[in-house]
Amino acid sequence: MTAPRSLLHIDWTACDGRGLCTEILPELLARDDWGYPLARTRGAGSDVPVQERLLDAASEAVALCPRQALRLVLGT
Amino acid sequence: MNEALWALGRGTGVVALALFTMSVLLGILTRSGRPLFGLPRFALTLVHRNVALLATAFLAVHLVTLLGDSYAQLRLVDFVVPFLGAYKPFWLGLGTVAVDLLIAVVLTSPERASVGVRVFRAVHWLTYLIWPVALLHGIGNGTDAGAGWFIAFAVVCAVAVLSALLWRLTGGFAPLGSVRADLTQGDQNRTDPKRTDPNRVERNR
Repeated sequence: MTAPRSLLHIDWTACDGRGLCTEILPELLARDDWGYPLARTRGAGSDVPVQERLLDAASEAVALCPRQALRLVLGT
Repeated sequence: MNEALWALGRGTGVVALALFTMSVLLGILTRSGRPLFGLPRFALTLVHRNVALLATAFLAVHLVTLLGDSYAQLRLVDFVVPFLGAYKPFWLGLGTVAVDLLIAVVLTSPERASVGVRVFRAVHWLTYLIWPVALLHGIGNGTDAGAGWFIAFAVVCAVAVLSALLWRLTGGFAPLGSVRADLTQGDQNRTDPKRTDPNRVERNR
């Protein structure tokens, strides 16, 4: 399996844990007890690896984030 | 023909007010961060947007159909510059003010990514002014304003929006607000959501 190269960056200073991204990307993000997104990939922190097939959903999450706390960094 | 346009203008005005009321309610619900009727949060955001756009479309028909009305005697300038109207200029002007402010909201919304969250939100807050101004325009200018059904409709809309606004201003508005408030208080015992969430405490017992 090749490592996914695109990353979903979470800006924690902007994030308010509204939960839209965790609904759109349940495979990538869980929700912690305070509502904030939590990467399911261990050690991913603020940069969550996004598989190719989830790129559209990730763009949707970026567009719909009420706090504009998400950015998609496409791998080359 | 004139009669038909007049009827259409009245009808679309009432429908636009109903849809704008729904949009305000959905917007407040969206901000609360709660899902509703099994609809996830992101879907509610989209419904809020689409209802607002539909309301705007009805408003456009409302303006165009009344342009040729012999009673209202609207000119194109009345769509943009308030209080210049020939018939009931004050009440008509309120409608124009609402349209002007709404244009700002409609234009900034799809450009949220480029204008930024602060500008988007500041402009979006105008809807709290637009909605009552539009309602007053309907009451003051509307042909059916004295009719029982319209009064009932206006009262239902006003009660719905006022209730939503009061809810918006209460502490329990955001579901995770209390958990986070405890977090910022710095009390270690209370920062653990397992202790602050009543459902969890019950399950642990």
